[in-house]
Amino acid sequence: MAKSKPRVKVPKSVKKGEVFQVKTLISHKMESGQRKNKKGKKIPRMIINKFICTYNGTVVFESDWHPAISANPYMAFYIRAEKSGTLVFKWTDDRGQTYEKMASITVN
Amino acid sequence: MLRKINMVALGRRDTLRLAGAGAVAFVTSSLLPNLALADSASAAKAIKKIIGDKATQQGRITLELPQIAENGNTVPIAFEVESPMTEADHVKAVHIFSEGNPIPNVASIRFSPASGRARAATRMRMAKTQNVIAVAEMSDGSVFMAKAEVKVTIGGCGG
Repeated sequence: MAKSKPRVKVPKSVKKGEVFQVKTLISHKMESGQRKNKKGKKIPRMIINKFICTYNGTVVFESDWHPAISANPYMAFYIRAEKSGTLVFKWTDDRGQTYEKMASITVN
Repeated sequence: MLRKINMVALGRRDTLRLAGAGAVAFVTSSLLPNLALADSASAAKAIKKIIGDKATQQGRITLELPQIAENGNTVPIAFEVESPMTEADHVKAVHIFSEGNPIPNVASIRFSPASGRARAATRMRMAKTQNVIAVAEMSDGSVFMAKAEVKVTIGGCGG
């Protein structure tokens, strides 16, 4: 299986109370289950179906994905800055395989 | 010419009205309205599964989609719901549906007051020209809905 590389973009430092944007991207085929192989047989579905972002341990953003989410899924969202700390991003696929990425954020 | 049927809320009364409208459309433009009805019915069913029989209101949601998508494999979609995003008044979730894909559900996005803004962006697959629907559930139990049509030149279901 090809390795799924997650990438995230968060500002290095923000002011307390500021609402900042987070951009995430992970390489993944997101096999929808609709495609057929050369023999005409349907290729089974295999997608990332869940994405969670926690901020200092608390879930701030969560998303359920269905096969209509494009390959190499991109998701951008917002978080209100409170305390400095760690953002943890976790993607889970249909088999239960998880991919994680962490980012530090400094709140002034 | 495909006749557009305007659907705001998807309660029982509206479904009955839709059946009536469909009958009139059939007389004037033959086959296509039946296909449109089948697609929107599948999305309506998926929406009902998530929000139940709640009435939906228009407004508050800005749904950003291109008018024409060159490549149905990856169509940028963004939405924002007007909300103070406080503990007392915030958007709990936004659910995205497509009327013309094999499966109507696209994504469910759950926010928290810590989100600051009920805005998100992603990329979706679209099999053909169709409507995309966003349904927003608020913390006070109210539900809002928005719909936009996207024309697709090359479908994105891996045909």
